[in-house]
Amino acid sequence: MSKKINLTIDGINVSVDPGTTILDAARKLNIHIPTLCYHEDLCVAGNCRVCVVEQENSRTLPASCATPAAEGMVIHTNSGKVRVARKHIVELLLSEHNADCTKCYKNGNCELQSLASQMLTGDHMFLDLVPDKHYTIDMFNSAIVKDDSRCIRCQRCVRTCEELQSVSALSVAYRGNNMKISTFFEHPLFEVVCTNCGQCVNRCPTGALIERNYVDQVWDAIYDPAKHVVVQTAPAVRIALGEALGMPPGMIVTGKMVTSLKRLGFDAVLDTDFTADLTIIEEGYELVERLKRALVDKDPEVALPMATSCSPAWIKFLEHTYPDLLPNLSTCKSPQQMFGALVKTYYAQKKKLDPKNLVSVSIMPCTAKKFEADRPEMRSSGYKDVDYVLTTRELAIMITQAGMEFDKLPESHFDNIMGMSTGAAVIFGTTGGVMEAAIRTVYEVVTGREVPFESLNITPVRGTEGEVREASLLITGTKPEFKFLEGVELKCVVANGLAYAKKVMQNVKDGNANYHFIEIMACPGGCLGGGGQPIPTNKEIRAKRTQAIYEEDLGMPLRKSHDNPEVQELYRDFLIKPLGHKSHELLHTHYTPRKRY
Amino acid sequence: MSESKLKRVDLIFGEYSNTKYKVLADTLKRRNEDILEDLMESGLKGRGGAGFPTAMKWKLAADAPSDTKYVICNADEGEPGTFKDREILSRVPRKVFSGMAICGKVIGAQKGYIYLRSEYKFLLPELTRELEMFHEHIGKMGFDFPIEIKLGSGAYICGEESALFESMEGFRGEPRNKPPYPTTHGFMGKPTVINNVETFVNVVMIMRLGPVQFKLLGTTDSRGSKVFSVSGDTPIPGIYELELGMPLDRFVEEFGDGDTKAVQVGGASGFCVPRKKFKDTIIGFEGVPTGGSMMLFNSSRSMYNVLHNYLDFFEEESCGQCTPCRVGCQQLRKGIVAVKKGDKKAGYLDQLLKLSESMKITAKCGLGQSVANSFSSIVNNFKEEMIY
Amino acid sequence: MTNEHLIRDLVKKHGRSRVALLPILQGVVDANNFISDSDMVEIAKELDLSAAQVFGTATFYSFLSTEPLGKYVIRVCKTITCDMHGKKQIVQTIEEMLKVKVGETTPNKKFSLLETNCLGWCHEGPAMLINEKPFTGLTPERVHDIISEYISKS
Repeated sequence: MSKKINLTIDGINVSVDPGTTILDAARKLNIHIPTLCYHEDLCVAGNCRVCVVEQENSRTLPASCATPAAEGMVIHTNSGKVRVARKHIVELLLSEHNADCTKCYKNGNCELQSLASQMLTGDHMFLDLVPDKHYTIDMFNSAIVKDDSRCIRCQRCVRTCEELQSVSALSVAYRGNNMKISTFFEHPLFEVVCTNCGQCVNRCPTGALIERNYVDQVWDAIYDPAKHVVVQTAPAVRIALGEALGMPPGMIVTGKMVTSLKRLGFDAVLDTDFTADLTIIEEGYELVERLKRALVDKDPEVALPMATSCSPAWIKFLEHTYPDLLPNLSTCKSPQQMFGALVKTYYAQKKKLDPKNLVSVSIMPCTAKKFEADRPEMRSSGYKDVDYVLTTRELAIMITQAGMEFDKLPESHFDNIMGMSTGAAVIFGTTGGVMEAAIRTVYEVVTGREVPFESLNITPVRGTEGEVREASLLITGTKPEFKFLEGVELKCVVANGLAYAKKVMQNVKDGNANYHFIEIMACPGGCLGGGGQPIPTNKEIRAKRTQAIYEEDLGMPLRKSHDNPEVQELYRDFLIKPLGHKSHELLHTHYTPRKRY
Repeated sequence: MSESKLKRVDLIFGEYSNTKYKVLADTLKRRNEDILEDLMESGLKGRGGAGFPTAMKWKLAADAPSDTKYVICNADEGEPGTFKDREILSRVPRKVFSGMAICGKVIGAQKGYIYLRSEYKFLLPELTRELEMFHEHIGKMGFDFPIEIKLGSGAYICGEESALFESMEGFRGEPRNKPPYPTTHGFMGKPTVINNVETFVNVVMIMRLGPVQFKLLGTTDSRGSKVFSVSGDTPIPGIYELELGMPLDRFVEEFGDGDTKAVQVGGASGFCVPRKKFKDTIIGFEGVPTGGSMMLFNSSRSMYNVLHNYLDFFEEESCGQCTPCRVGCQQLRKGIVAVKKGDKKAGYLDQLLKLSESMKITAKCGLGQSVANSFSSIVNNFKEEMIY
Repeated sequence: MTNEHLIRDLVKKHGRSRVALLPILQGVVDANNFISDSDMVEIAKELDLSAAQVFGTATFYSFLSTEPLGKYVIRVCKTITCDMHGKKQIVQTIEEMLKVKVGETTPNKKFSLLETNCLGWCHEGPAMLINEKPFTGLTPERVHDIISEYISKS
């Protein structure tokens, strides 16, 4: 342990480890220095300068986020000099910013707005630069809207896209007064390598990057008496929705969420977890099938390792970046799209509804799901399988609009059919969850025994972000029909965040990986850290959501997807068997190679 | 010209240019500590304008533990009114190479780079020829020190040392956060000494004359001589090597056209000194420092136009990453236009002066910090010209 | 039109690391006076960068145009001392001769007229660059002769 560094902040002495910034040292003392470009998940930029502080014997005011504490430093975070400078900086940002707050989607949830309100701005200290700026708005994308007039050039989005996702669809372009955040050649987002993951949206401090919202369209559907509006909710929504409605992170609000959806007027409140369980069956059988083709039939065409396909930003990333590896993707649709395809077929049949009067809405922690629902291949019911996708944040808006006090709502259960699920589906919301759920099922299908882990918790695939997790499981005592798997060591790898996904897939491409099964989630932490989740999302908050997910799983009466009685019923009455004809028609898909440039 | 009152010096462009690297050969035989001691003794400060003691910079880099280190010559001369580096590079490039090699020896660097602004690309063929000869000579001295020229692409900000590294590394030339400083984390994250063209030449001069001789020139705070780029309203524009520490009134006597109303010392990022302050202004680190740019303005010139021209320059040349510089420069320019047009009251200038003060203390790098120099010195000294 | 061969040669010369990006961009500008979108895509592929990263870097630098420029790029210094010594007349003369405004390219793609920041010839202003060649001490007459000479060049 190296020596501590002693400094004084606002007259209080504090000792910190070497390398600690002034900002973090101040937080240790519960002194809050305002920030804008700073984000816990990203490298330090030090470009907005809002966090400047006064350092005695220094000519300039250092940016506290970018300046390491030094021995004997005397810092003032709220001196007259700091206050004037900080107000100037916020006023400057406002002068370049389209501050039409009441017409902004982020009104009330904008970091610039709250800072401006703290600073008591409003006297138009400087000239309005906006009229000369010729800002543009990119509204051509089904998932994300980019409005340059609201951009404060903090570059959080650029750092997110590069550091966390290794996509770099966004870059800083031009210089000086013309500097802006831009795609390649200022093309609209839909024409470039953007995966729609929405991580930039989640980190944008203003309304410059927002999800394309479909709140009004959903209300219209609800109000339309001719329509039967069905809603599905993704696993990661129920452990984060509370945050957007005033509750602390890590609360499981499944029951309240269901109640709120019913009160909003949805005709049936169903669960994406149901099709998460279904995905496990289809994907599990697909894996076994691929292994059989490789091991028994020695089929050179079979693509292994097989990678999960639930995360639409991951899919689009692969389509752009490694189109030659698309055969490695599981052909299973994501749970959202399996649900959509079944709602307008199976559900409609069972409930004796005309699918043309069905409106299928999904609540997702994700912005890329909006793009996924719009993909032309997602119409296997004969209709658009999922009509509208709302993020967790949009649902929170609807609940607020409807005047519900969310934390005081009673709890209720999902409707049926397609409302029942297991713990295996719940953990889809976290990194490693699909892998764990799949292993719980595959192992049991193949051996007839439960996975050899205490309480079914397959801890080797669990873990945190910022790493690639490898795990293996020796398969022994197989049932006769799966003899070919006897003694096989099933090699798995789990990665979250596209930067890590890229590492894994580059290994696969280079032939340096001998995996059988790959789970990739595009977002840090998995869906619980999705681009559609409440803002803020950061490492600490993701950790709390993760904990909530595993708690929820442990508390479920059923923990294995193949035990889901509604899924069993679906196979019995409709699909007949995994990977069967109907499954292929409704639950499986294909992918489109896209240009990387 | 009447009897000169200023001491003209002939060190930089002096006779050494024709000798075949004798000083370099002699210096390479010396111990690093002795070289550093001479530099320390000489009191040499960086000639780019900021004036950091050269010996200290070299010592920090020498002490930084790393197998890979670099020496970089900053030839991204872009400050309006400055053209001395071009002159030095075209007339005495060998002195520049020698200074870089001496630095390489002292700090333990394996490689040197010259970051040459693209506006001076026409120098490239001659410099490349000279470099070939240099490599031949230094090889014979038993010291391997390759120097490579990297070209800029038209960005004033790349003269800022960390922006220059970013540019050399293939990125946008955006200044980095400091600390860490180049002496420990410079080009490619390695310990790096980056000095101005003229500084390297000064090193060679100190090695030739010895620190005692060098110190005879200039004042306690500003040792040695300096190459000045003289332009504007002067009958004798050009390059002059003068002793540091001279009073501005004597400079104006010699270079002015008899009607000088202001001198911009240090380029657009320097200070504008009005006639009434010529007498009390010393050119040097104790007074008004300069990278060598001296622009004279006579009474026919509108100082409003001068300031507007500077602000145009800063608005375009700001890298744009930090708020105070990117938006501040736009506000200052539009602000003086608004006052001039009467859209804003004269009192708005005070608001702008305060803003420029904030830019001075909060901008991320020297560019944004120094905009206030010319802004406040022009607005304060020529307020009526700003309004009417 | 992409300069695939040119870019491949430049990559061979400068390598595929990020450090090579500016020399490669400069090489393309040397050949064509500007970098097209397809050039940027090609460079991004070679260097394993995103196209936006190449675009972002190129647009930072005044001398790396991403818009087509003429064969001869005239850059007139607009810094204060050149301005004081008659830059405006120089620009006017060129504008009249070439029938373009500052920022424009002649229809025959032979000339582009731009203004630029300090060229470092303040003692001999007004100054301009034609491609990389400096011309100083300009007067309307002198600039007329210079431009005429370029016009007659093939």
